[in-house]
Amino acid sequence: MPVKILTEHINVPGINTFEVYRKMGGYTAVEKALKTMTPDEIVEEVKKSGVRGRGGAGFPMGMKWSFLAKPEGVPRYLVCNADESEPGTFKDHYLMKNNPHLLIEGMIVSSFALGANKSFIYVRGELMYVIHILEKAIAEAKAAGLLGKNILGSGYDLELVVQPGGGAYICGEETALLESLEGKRGNPRNKPPFPAVKGLYQCPTVVNNVESIANTPWIVNNGGEAYAALGVGRSTGTKLISVSGHVNKPGVYEIPLGITVEDFIYADEWCGGIRPGHHLKAVVAGGSSVPILPANLILTLANGDKRLMTYESLSDGGFATGTMLGSGGFIVMDETTCIVRNTLTFARFYHHESCGQCSPCREGTGWMDKVLDRIEHGKGNMRDIDLLVDVAKKIEGNTICPLGDAAAWPVSAAIRHFRHEFEWHVTHPLEATKPGAVYRGEMELV
Amino acid sequence: METTAPQLFKITFDGIEIEVPPGTTIMQAARKIAEADSTKMHLAPPAMCYYEPLKGSGGKCRACLVKVTAGSAKDPRPMPKLVPSCITAVQDGMIVENTTNEAVVETRKGIVEFLLLNHPLDCPVCDQAGECHLQDFAFEHGRVQTRYEEERRTFDKQDIGPYVQLHMTRCILCYRCVFTADQITNKRVHGVMNRGDHAEISTYIEKAIDNDFSGNVIDVCPVGALTDKTYRFKNRVWFTKPVEAHCDCEKCSGNVTLWYRGDEVIRVTARKNEWGEVKEFICNTCRFERKKTSDWTIEGPTKVARYSVIMANKYRADLKKPDFGLKVAASQYKQIDDSRPFVTDNEAIRELSKENNAKANQRSLAEKN
Repeated sequence: MPVKILTEHINVPGINTFEVYRKMGGYTAVEKALKTMTPDEIVEEVKKSGVRGRGGAGFPMGMKWSFLAKPEGVPRYLVCNADESEPGTFKDHYLMKNNPHLLIEGMIVSSFALGANKSFIYVRGELMYVIHILEKAIAEAKAAGLLGKNILGSGYDLELVVQPGGGAYICGEETALLESLEGKRGNPRNKPPFPAVKGLYQCPTVVNNVESIANTPWIVNNGGEAYAALGVGRSTGTKLISVSGHVNKPGVYEIPLGITVEDFIYADEWCGGIRPGHHLKAVVAGGSSVPILPANLILTLANGDKRLMTYESLSDGGFATGTMLGSGGFIVMDETTCIVRNTLTFARFYHHESCGQCSPCREGTGWMDKVLDRIEHGKGNMRDIDLLVDVAKKIEGNTICPLGDAAAWPVSAAIRHFRHEFEWHVTHPLEATKPGAVYRGEMELV
Repeated sequence: METTAPQLFKITFDGIEIEVPPGTTIMQAARKIAEADSTKMHLAPPAMCYYEPLKGSGGKCRACLVKVTAGSAKDPRPMPKLVPSCITAVQDGMIVENTTNEAVVETRKGIVEFLLLNHPLDCPVCDQAGECHLQDFAFEHGRVQTRYEEERRTFDKQDIGPYVQLHMTRCILCYRCVFTADQITNKRVHGVMNRGDHAEISTYIEKAIDNDFSGNVIDVCPVGALTDKTYRFKNRVWFTKPVEAHCDCEKCSGNVTLWYRGDEVIRVTARKNEWGEVKEFICNTCRFERKKTSDWTIEGPTKVARYSVIMANKYRADLKKPDFGLKVAASQYKQIDDSRPFVTDNEAIRELSKENNAKANQRSLAEKN
């Protein structure tokens, strides 16, 4: 049985209450950290663990923490990014809903390590019931003396605030989140300065994903080296993967980084294979914004080796034959899925969620949406396919925040790997616009 | 300032070396080059949202993206992405490519295309035409044809008060007017609502902008989204003559530009520098109410860039006058000794034209084949 760091006790009845969580060994990390460790020691352990940001970019968390500027007399903040709204990703929701105290314990440990006396959990506005769960858990922790003034007699004060967002995807981008937290319009900021220097209220701030922070109690309890021993290479530890689509057992799985993609899809322990009578066609491996890969490329690398569920292996081959682990939103599609329609759905999402601040993203996402809509409804022409590639290229890398890239990658990847389907939509408009029509020509299925 | 600066940073912009104080942005350095030598005006990156007098502006339109091929002398790695020159500070030894970089030129074409996607091409009826930054930007950096076949986004008309006309459909969301209202007026009542390509400049519940300095949003608007209601449809900018003038005003500096049509002042604006940026913001009384020559002390004609359309039909002081030209021609007149026979015979002329026609026919046939 592989080690589970985040979901070990998640099925224990009543784990969302303080008593049960405490009985299962909860809040020992807070005791250990506050009583026996200095903040720098915790940062050092996190660095040693090699844990990478679980929000999507995969930036090493210890390094992010060590970049935090520490000027005298200026407060520092820790902000937990719980604005999970990437289509296909629902791991943080699952974690917060079932085991809120794990996040709160992580927040206490991390805030202590960073020297923050006020920390925020910015939760996506649609998850109002999760906010109530978190607030209840915070009240319980406060009653037990684990939050508030002079925690466990260590002299350390921490106030934890849960802030509901308005439900905008863009507020998951860290600087837009900070703007939103300050009460402003959720527009991403220009970087530099990075939040580690000028973040919330122009003070040094660390923004971390829920899953990243939830890892810290385990790291404090067991040491960074024990964490680094899990996983492969620079992909250490475990990762929550939210699986959706045409598999037998969709859901949230905690996997040790380093298992093969094939195992993950077909083993009974994880997804349990593609639904009966169907074949794997394509996979979006890390949430809607990462490039889609056809079946043969997701299972094997360009050199014939098996692809692993790690940051490095999934991005092997660049975007030509690779993708990204991203936030772990694993969307599996069988041969009944129309890639053009799927791409249109993603493009429409990004069109809807663009904040409208910088021109390539504001105008380009809408353009791609409209052109894809035309192709999907049998009104496209061959020129449009190249146009889409060009528009995606003009957006990518030229925007303030990564939303532009996130909007451009799925479109260009879908055309890169499934161009024949787009062409089929153009050449066979009558067939393609029938309800439930899918390209049935030559394609590689597994 | 120069004397207190500890050292100057040396950067190379499009092959031109310049020394600037630390903290200067790439855009400011490029403008410095252009200001020193007017033949290098085209080197300065275009700015659609950046506005030097407004703090915090810039970085949004992405028109000024440039390639940094060497970050600094210490760390000469190139920056992986194109960077917005208006908000990127220079480093010592930085090498920047603007017009010399293929990727930058290509990206800029894309930005023009993006900005024009939803912008109505109604320049013939737009009051801003002739002094529109988007027009200039598209003319200088854009491609000739659009590839956009979809329907353009439009907005319902909104009345935001007696002085300023909002035409949201033309807006390119540069946020300049929002910064202006934030920074030079006491209370901002307008801002950006909604999201994405449906984002719009609006006053909350269409509340009228009522402030002594609200008129300045007209000057900062790069396009015809915010125009002067007192000037609306009265004239075209290239028929008017700009004149510098001032008055004693208790609210503002009183330094303005008057726009004359004949003897009539038809518009008052703030004075602008060569980058189209307001030098001093003016109050609404000066802008909308003082429209008689007697209200002002005239200083002289405004300097307008030679390539500007505003220059059309006026101030040709450096051109030779026609009568002067005629005199020169008369003095240089010489009878030309043409030895060719002077054909008067109708028959001969007919023959000649037949010959010429046949030659022309042959030529066009040859071209066709």
